[in-house]
Amino acid sequence: MEKNILIVGVGGQGTLLASVLLGNLALMKDYDVKLSEVHGMSQRGGDVVTHVKISDTTVASPLIEKGEADIIIAFEKLEAYRWLPYLRKGGAMYVNEQEIIPMPVVLGQVDYPEDIDDALAKAASTLVKFDALALAEEAGSSKAVNVVLLGAASKALPFTQDEWMEVIEKNVKPKFIELNKEAFAKGQAV
Amino acid sequence: MKRIMLGNEAFARGAWEAGVKVVSSYPGTPSTEVTETLAKCGDEVHVEWAPNEKVGVEVAVGASIGGARALSCMKHVGLNVAADPFFTAAYNGVTGGLVVLVADDNGCHSSQNEQDSRYHGRGAGVPILEPADPTECKDYMKLAFDMSEKYDTVVLMRSNTRISHSRGIVEEDERVEHDVIPYEKNFRKYVAMPAMARVNHVKQEQRLAQIVEDAHNIAVGVPLGSDDITAAVEGYPLNKEELNDPEIGIVTSGICYQYVKEALPNASVFKLGLVNPLPLQDIAAFAKKVNKLYVIEEGNPFLEEQIRAAGIPVHGGKELFTIQGEYSANMIRKAFGIELPEGETDSTDAPGRPPLLCAGCPHKGLFYVLSKLKTTVMGDIGCYTLAALAPTNAIDTTMCMGASIGMEHGFEKATGSSKNLVAVLGDSTFIHSGITGLVNMVYNEAKGTVIILDNRITGMTGHQQNPASGKNAKGEPAPALDIYTLCRAIGVRNVFEIDPFDVKELEQLIKEETERDELSVIITKRPCAMIVKQPGVPNVITDKCKNCRQCMKVGCPAIAMKDGRPYIIRESCVGCGLCTRVCPFDAIESTARGAGKEDK
Ligand SMILES: Cc1ncc(C[n+]2csc(CCOP(=O)(O)OP(=O)(O)O)c2C)c(N)n1
Repeated sequence: MEKNILIVGVGGQGTLLASVLLGNLALMKDYDVKLSEVHGMSQRGGDVVTHVKISDTTVASPLIEKGEADIIIAFEKLEAYRWLPYLRKGGAMYVNEQEIIPMPVVLGQVDYPEDIDDALAKAASTLVKFDALALAEEAGSSKAVNVVLLGAASKALPFTQDEWMEVIEKNVKPKFIELNKEAFAKGQAV
Repeated sequence: MKRIMLGNEAFARGAWEAGVKVVSSYPGTPSTEVTETLAKCGDEVHVEWAPNEKVGVEVAVGASIGGARALSCMKHVGLNVAADPFFTAAYNGVTGGLVVLVADDNGCHSSQNEQDSRYHGRGAGVPILEPADPTECKDYMKLAFDMSEKYDTVVLMRSNTRISHSRGIVEEDERVEHDVIPYEKNFRKYVAMPAMARVNHVKQEQRLAQIVEDAHNIAVGVPLGSDDITAAVEGYPLNKEELNDPEIGIVTSGICYQYVKEALPNASVFKLGLVNPLPLQDIAAFAKKVNKLYVIEEGNPFLEEQIRAAGIPVHGGKELFTIQGEYSANMIRKAFGIELPEGETDSTDAPGRPPLLCAGCPHKGLFYVLSKLKTTVMGDIGCYTLAALAPTNAIDTTMCMGASIGMEHGFEKATGSSKNLVAVLGDSTFIHSGITGLVNMVYNEAKGTVIILDNRITGMTGHQQNPASGKNAKGEPAPALDIYTLCRAIGVRNVFEIDPFDVKELEQLIKEETERDELSVIITKRPCAMIVKQPGVPNVITDKCKNCRQCMKVGCPAIAMKDGRPYIIRESCVGCGLCTRVCPFDAIESTARGAGKEDK
């Protein structure tokens, strides 16, 4: 069993919690796991990516290469598009439909690509695109976008419902556990 | 217990388990989390943020002489600042184990250059350890303290972005306390005068030779017995020879080892954990066992040149790879002619997403004004460096921390004028290495204007406390340096404090002070918007808007264009109100006014 999961978004969107949950799930199941993430300058609104590599043997490089991602979880639409070349043939994408316009587009220096939806649909065998932000808000906090997206992607991941609940309980502050479980369920229902 | 740890957390854990007692560091991506993690342990470790790396290393050296195990952490360019104590401490050796951790930034993720710290370690004459995953981060850190005491040497722990910021599974062990070694005066060891230095330099060369001799016996993962460290039987070798297919043999270290294992799983590999001094005899023996020897290392040909100079034939090195940037498994596959699993989609037309100053950032007020006045700005390093990008384009130079002040002074002396010229730097940067530059301006009768952006935190690196922020590394209350009084004490006569969101007053003040034929300091005071909660109630652009687009010049991520007119993105707006102050037509309405309240 090997799963390469790329989590992409914009600095400040909470992508790191998603990868921490995945890492801890892998640890619970005695899989090997490596994650590589972005800290520093890009966290100020730049594009950020976390690589998550899970294996029942060993993981050497912490980086997923082009064409190697089984799953891409995208917190933002343009970022889903940017990282498309990393998706392997037959890979799955879970995309939050939110658009955060980057400054060069705001300033009219470059155009926002028009055909993102088509490109995503063409490249991904499974494409689940939805308003994760709205579902997170319904669950009680816009910050829960990460767990909503994980809920949606959980179908493609080798973990049971109980394991997901356990990892949420162990890694989320007590007062936010119920909120996150609710957010997870909403993602699952997509 | 097994835990998922960031490389930097694993370094911290290793230092803690090794019984470290004093930690003094200055933040810098990608090294910062080592010290932040240690700051969360109990009172058994004294952890502090020093004002800069030089002080950090000096504190650690003092702690070592005082008999405790000590650590100082920094990013690669920080070691330039600390090079002075580092190079001489390297002669003198240690009492308590002393480790300096330096994190390079191959690929320039968050830095102004990609300098290769291995040269500093070699130049100073200290052993350099380079781990390849989080488990090794922890194990090597423990070994480093043991080696430091065993060989009487400073040890350089070298990391980089990919090692420091990758997570993996690490097994936790207990902390082993090391009693503080009672102090005995030893001026021949610790007073670096010429007569002593000559002797200590010879000793240093001897211990490096001893380490090379011992290298193939040094084991990781077991405590090095104080008498016979080479007798370690458990654990794993620091330098590992993995013999597989003899056709290709690769010498590598650190993160490149992982890329090699991924790209060329059948190759024979000599993995170095000790990258200085190099065990050249062991490498020569390995080279004999393989047909073609390659050296794979990010950065400069540090290993390769030494291996070639030793007369060991190298079939491929930097001619196959780059000096600039990070490597990857695919890069290695490509160099060895292996087909790549390329994705089919091309998304190179995706617009870039450069980082930017946050919505509500206090620096925005200042750069809006400087951009409007078309001031020449000698910039510095911090969040505010981002003002160099569009739309403000308000920074002319950025070099290294504190440089803005010296460069402004030199520029004034060259052009004979300080009109419409300023230096800008943050509070942490000013304390790091701006103060001496300002002393120089007073002493050499500069007429320029220095602007200190006091957001009361070290922002760019993730909000570390500093000597002016009123808290220490553990978050406890601490004395706060008064920058205003300091500037006056240095001898600056014109010192002003102003809220950078008072844009009209600020504009007036900058005009006056840059015209004035005397040195001035302007301190723009407003706390970082990520620390002090903003009103949170979004603003809106009303139909009074004349589409003059003045608000677009602020460079706020919450203001975008739609159908040819600016609008405010509700979810992104924090309600700071800066745009309401720059709008000439009062067309932007704030539903909440007033000062923010303390969040943390
Ligand atoms: C010698 C050196 N040490 C550390 C760093 C990392 N670094 C970059 S910006 C910065 C802090 C800037 O803080 P401050 O001046 O207060 O500005 P702010 O980011 O808060 O606006 C640090 C520590 C560096 N670039 N160079």
